[in-house]
Amino acid sequence: MADNGDEEYRIQQGDYVVLKRGDIFKAVQIVPKKKIIFEKQWFFLDNAVGNLYSTTFEISSGGILQPQKLKETGNPSDLKEAGTDNRNIVDDGKSQKLTRDDIETLKEQGLKGQEIIQQLIENSSTFRDKTEYAQDKYIKKKKKKYENTVTILKPSCRILAMMYHGREPGKICHLRYDTLAQMLTLANIHAHSKVLVFETCAGLVLGSIMERMGGYGSVIQMYPGGGPVRAGVESFGFPAHFHDTLHEFPICHVNALLAGELDTTAKDPTAEEKLNLAADEQIQPEAEQHGSPEEQSMETNTEEDAAQDQEKIEKEKRREAKAQERKVKLEEKRKKLAAAAVLLEGRNADGLVIASRFHPCPVLMTLLKFLAPSRPFVVYSQYKETLIECYTKLKEQGGTVNLRLSDTWLRHYQVLPNRTHPVLLMSGGGGYLLSGTTVAMDQSKPAASQRSEEPAPKRQKVKDTEG
Amino acid sequence: MSFVEYSDCIQDGDVAIVYLSHNSVMPVKVQQGAQTQTRYGVIRHSTDLIGQPYGSKVTCSKGGWVYVLHPTPELWTVALPHRTQILYTTDIATITMMLELKPGSIVCESGTGSGSLSHAILRTIAPTGHLHTVEFHQQRAEKVQEEFTEHRVDHLVTVRNQDVCKDGFGVTGVADAIFLDIPSPWEAVGHAKAAMKRQAGSRLCSFSPCIEQVQRTCQALVDQGFEEINTLEVLLRIHDVRTVSLPLPDFGPDCRSDGVEETSPNYAAVSLKTTTPPREIPGHTGYLTFATKPRT
Repeated sequence: MADNGDEEYRIQQGDYVVLKRGDIFKAVQIVPKKKIIFEKQWFFLDNAVGNLYSTTFEISSGGILQPQKLKETGNPSDLKEAGTDNRNIVDDGKSQKLTRDDIETLKEQGLKGQEIIQQLIENSSTFRDKTEYAQDKYIKKKKKKYENTVTILKPSCRILAMMYHGREPGKICHLRYDTLAQMLTLANIHAHSKVLVFETCAGLVLGSIMERMGGYGSVIQMYPGGGPVRAGVESFGFPAHFHDTLHEFPICHVNALLAGELDTTAKDPTAEEKLNLAADEQIQPEAEQHGSPEEQSMETNTEEDAAQDQEKIEKEKRREAKAQERKVKLEEKRKKLAAAAVLLEGRNADGLVIASRFHPCPVLMTLLKFLAPSRPFVVYSQYKETLIECYTKLKEQGGTVNLRLSDTWLRHYQVLPNRTHPVLLMSGGGGYLLSGTTVAMDQSKPAASQRSEEPAPKRQKVKDTEG
Repeated sequence: MSFVEYSDCIQDGDVAIVYLSHNSVMPVKVQQGAQTQTRYGVIRHSTDLIGQPYGSKVTCSKGGWVYVLHPTPELWTVALPHRTQILYTTDIATITMMLELKPGSIVCESGTGSGSLSHAILRTIAPTGHLHTVEFHQQRAEKVQEEFTEHRVDHLVTVRNQDVCKDGFGVTGVADAIFLDIPSPWEAVGHAKAAMKRQAGSRLCSFSPCIEQVQRTCQALVDQGFEEINTLEVLLRIHDVRTVSLPLPDFGPDCRSDGVEETSPNYAAVSLKTTTPPREIPGHTGYLTFATKPRT
C-alpha cells in the first residue's frame, strides 16, 4: 500500500483540493475536523489525508470517508435480460414495489448505495422489459442519487475554470473554460515572461496565468479599488515561491505612473488613506477583529470594575500595537507599490490580459502603453459591442497588428456504443475575445518611410514640417 | 530569440516572422548578408533586420513596409511549411488546458507531423518539462528535429522515429500528458497508459476527425480503465468588424406635418458599427477526446 516516492501525490493537511461528484466540483481546504457540505451530504476530510490524489471515497455514516476499493467493473445487475421496445411498458406508477419508507429504512440500515440500487432493480417489475439502453440509463440515474461517493482531486486551471463556470459564472463574468484556454494561448503565457493582468474574475484568470508561468518571471496584477481579489488564486494551492513572482499595482495610480509623477519613495497620502480604510474593514478581519471582541467580552464579564484600569492600559497597548502594525503594513504596501512601479516603468511587459466587468476600452488603451513591441494582448468581454469599440480605437491609433475579434463554440458529445450524439444541452455563450500584437508606433525614422508608397507619406510630411 | 523566451532585438540566426498583412505572414531565417523577397520588395537582413528591435516596421526596396515580429507558437502555426495537416490554435489552446500542461510537464505526442502543436507544448512546458514526440515518417521526423534546433528548443524535446502503435513512445512511467493525432489511436491507448506516470491523474487527449475513430478510441479507453472520458469539439468564430449603412425607405411626404420640413432628406441612411461573419468558416477540425489515467 505504501508507495514510495509519491509524497507529492498524497493528500496532506492544509492542502487546497477539489471535491468532485459527477460533473460537480467544489474547492476546499483540508482542515482538521472541519465539516464539509457538498451535494447535500456532509462529511469530514480528516480520513482523506495520506491517500493519493484522485482517490474516490465513500461517505459512511458520521461523515467518515472510506477510500473506495479499486473499481469493481460490471454493472450492479449482471442479469442480461432485456426487452426490445417499450410497447408493453405502461406507466401506472406501480412498477416500483419499494415504498419511499422502505428506501429510507434501507438507508438507515447503512446499506451502501450500490446495494440500494440492486434492491431497486430487483423490486422494479418493468426493469427486465426495458431495453438494454433504458436499463443502463435507469442504473445511471439511480447511481447519481444513491451512491454517496466523492473524489478528491488536485486543483488545476482546467478543474477550477470548469468549477467556476458551473457554480458561479457571475463571479467570473461568464468566462467559459474554453475561452480562458484561448486567452492563455493567444497571450503566449509562458515561463520567464512579464505579464500584466487586469481581472475581476475572482482571481481565476490570474491563477491560470500563474500556473502557466510555473513560478518563473513576473505577473503584475492591476487592481481596482482597495486591493486585489485573489480568492480563486488560493484554490490553486501554489507553493509559496510562486507568490514572490506576483506583484500588484492599483489602477488608480496608472495615470500618475504614465506621467512620471508617481512618487513611491515618500509616503503617498492617498495610499495611506486607502490603507487605513482597508485596514479597518478588509486587511485584518481575521486576525484582529475576530479575536478582540471575544477577549473584551470575557474580561468585562469576569473581572468587572477592578480590571477596568488595566483594561484601559491594555486597550492603549493594543491601539499602539495596531498603529505599529499598520505602519509596518503601510511600509510593506509602499515597497510593493515601488517594486511594481519599477517593473511597469520599463514599459517592456511581455503580455497583457484583461478580463473584467469594467468597460475594456479605456483599460486596454491605457495598459497597452506598458507593453513592449511585438507582444500579444488579449481582452475578454462578455459582450461583443465593447470589443468592437476597442477594435475601432486600436485601428485609429495604430501600434497594433493581427487584430482579431472572435469567440469559440463548445460542444460536448455522448459517446456510447450505438448511442453517440451531441450532448443535448450546450452553453449558449462563453464571451468574446479581442486579441492582437503590439508593434512599434509610427513616429521614428522619417527618412526610411519617406520612400513609402502607402498612406504613410501624407502623415509623414505633416510630421516633417512640424519637426 | 527563442520560442520559449522573448528577446528584444533581432540577431543573426534568429527565426523572425514577417507580417505582410492580416492573412499573410512568413517565417524568415535571419542570416548576415541574406535577402528575402516579399511582394513589397526585398528585405536585406544585415541592414533591415539584424540589430533592429522586434516589432519594428521595415521598409522594403519597393517602398512598401512590413512588420517583423518575434516568433511565437501561434505565429509559427500560421506561417509554418505544411508537411501534413496541422492543428490550429483554437484546438491547441483547448488541448493545452485540458491536458493541464504547465512548466515542468512531461508530455508524449504522436505523430509529430509538421510540429504545430509541438511548438505550443514546448512553449508551455519550458524550462523544466520535456516532450517525447514520435513520428513514423522518417523524413518528417528529421525535418522537425531540424526546426527544433533552429528554434532553440531542442534541449526540451526528443524526436523518435518509430511506429507508436507498435513500439510505443519509447518511455515508460514518466508522462503527465499524452496527445494522439494518428489514424488509429485506439491501437496506441495501451502504449499511452504505459508511458504515463504510475500515479493516477495523468491526462490523455486524442484528436480524430471521424466519429467512428472516436467511438473505437473511447471503447479502448474504457477497456483500459480510463476515467473522466469526455469528447468535445471547439470551433472558432471570427467576427469581422465593419461599418454598415442601411438606407431608410422614403415613405413620401408626411401629410400630417405642415410641409415646412424637407420631404426627402438626403441623409436617408443609418450607419452602424457591427460585425459580420466570414462567408465561409471551418465547420469541423476534429473531435477531441480527453481521459484521465486511473489508479492502478
